[in-house]
Amino acid sequence: MRSLRWKIAGHALALLATVLLGGLLSATLVRLAPGFGVDELELDPHLNAQSVQALHDARNRDRNVFKFYLSYMNRAAHGDLGTSLALGQPVRTLLRDRAPLTLRLLAVGLGLAWVLALTLALSAAWLRLSVYDTVTTMVSGTFLCLPAAVLALLSVLWNVPGSLAIALIVFPHPYPYARNLLVKTYSRPHIITARAKGLGEARILFWHVVPVVMPQLLAVAGVSVSLAVGAAIPVEALCGLAGIGQLAWQAALARDLPLLVNITVLVTLVTLLANSGADVIGHVVRGHEA
Amino acid sequence: MRFWRKLACVALVLVIGASLAADWLAPAGYAKQYRDAINAAPSCAHWLGTDEVGRDRFARVLYGTRISLLLAPAAALVSTLMAALIGGLAGYLGGVWARMAMALTDLFMSLPWLFLLITARALMPLNVSPLVSVLVTFLLLGLLGWTAAARVLCTTAGSLRTSDFVRQARAAGLPGQRLFWVHVVPNLKPVLYAQFWISIPVFILSEANLGILGLGVAEPMPSWGSLLKELEGLVSVGEEPWKFVPLILLVVVVTSFQVLLSRQEEVAA
Repeated sequence: MRSLRWKIAGHALALLATVLLGGLLSATLVRLAPGFGVDELELDPHLNAQSVQALHDARNRDRNVFKFYLSYMNRAAHGDLGTSLALGQPVRTLLRDRAPLTLRLLAVGLGLAWVLALTLALSAAWLRLSVYDTVTTMVSGTFLCLPAAVLALLSVLWNVPGSLAIALIVFPHPYPYARNLLVKTYSRPHIITARAKGLGEARILFWHVVPVVMPQLLAVAGVSVSLAVGAAIPVEALCGLAGIGQLAWQAALARDLPLLVNITVLVTLVTLLANSGADVIGHVVRGHEA
Repeated sequence: MRFWRKLACVALVLVIGASLAADWLAPAGYAKQYRDAINAAPSCAHWLGTDEVGRDRFARVLYGTRISLLLAPAAALVSTLMAALIGGLAGYLGGVWARMAMALTDLFMSLPWLFLLITARALMPLNVSPLVSVLVTFLLLGLLGWTAAARVLCTTAGSLRTSDFVRQARAAGLPGQRLFWVHVVPNLKPVLYAQFWISIPVFILSEANLGILGLGVAEPMPSWGSLLKELEGLVSVGEEPWKFVPLILLVVVVTSFQVLLSRQEEVAA
């Protein structure tokens, strides 16, 4: 129990460090971005020299990057993530509007990817046919060799939902690992003995295999979240889905750094949370096992 | 497996050879426009047809392959050197240095690769000359892709630091710098080679992703990414199958690398 608390505390510390570092990075990038310190208002012919100077002075207060960082973090703590340069809308509103679609896409895509990977891996472990092994390895290897953006384009051509494209991008990563792990676990002496004694396949799977492979598969599940989040950019951008991935792509094309950096920090937090969650659950499962 | 490795070798040699011989094999330069043959279908004059501005697609595929296949190893070299510097040195020094290096790599690795890439790419100006865009794209890949290799190298260097022969050399009074260059670095070489080769297909795929998203190599310079962007305009797969040639080449090359690397990965692990 104590080690679990330490683990959670360690992860919380890592998250906090990421927020602070990410915030500093965001502030620095926004501060260094071209166009920082320039205001369209300065071009207004109605303004006299004094007014333009006053605008300049107001922005000069942000010249010091650390002062800028503190005020940026202060605003971020109050939910103000700035305004998108390209879209002219508050970053917070943009993220709030687009997050549900991305989350749904990721959840369905990840679910499908894991169902596919585990089904193929389990069948490989049960069947132990070299032909089946070769075919599944070749299929997953081919998907591994295709750029995520090409899979997204093909999904548009074939009218396939974006979540399936994400599933096909993600599944080749956990599949070989899950396959090797399951084959190895099924070769353990106690499982061979259980089989010889006539225990049903379902009982062997849920009582003897799942508890052994669960912590390791959970670790891979954490990593697969990061893969799926990365895949969301090409899938949403090329399939015309108005999610956070498409927003990041639009921000990159428009060099909208305040928006892009905030998205990157948010996405990093999501992947860190997923990895930490997987690690903590894995720890709990291992604890129960012991 | 030996048969597949041989086949992969032959495929790589053929593709690399053809791309290097682009000056002789291609009917024209990659930017030459045939204004009377815009969007032409394959013919004797244009083996893979022409694109929407009348450029010979076969020539662009050859030159694009050359750019992708020459610069991905260059990016891999940059990333391996950075990994050696950060991971190898931190692992050799151990203690707080190793912990700091690992924390840094953890932080980098928690960033989804494509998000990190497009953020870094967006920091650079997008309206640069084609040559600069090629350098920026591949340099970014090299500078951001060192983390996984650094992790492996840090662990390997750490285990070398505590190995018997290094301890013995240290006890014999060998200075730290000499110990590092003479005893540690040569033992890191197999892992460095493996990491270098493993990075190449990753960078090829990353460049392709960036290119399709319009954040890679700028026109008129061709690369696999920019050539694959043409697929965006297709209505059905069977419509203009010759447009899939760059994709087929990419898959063949990346698969060949994966087949050849299956042994290197064992070394790296």
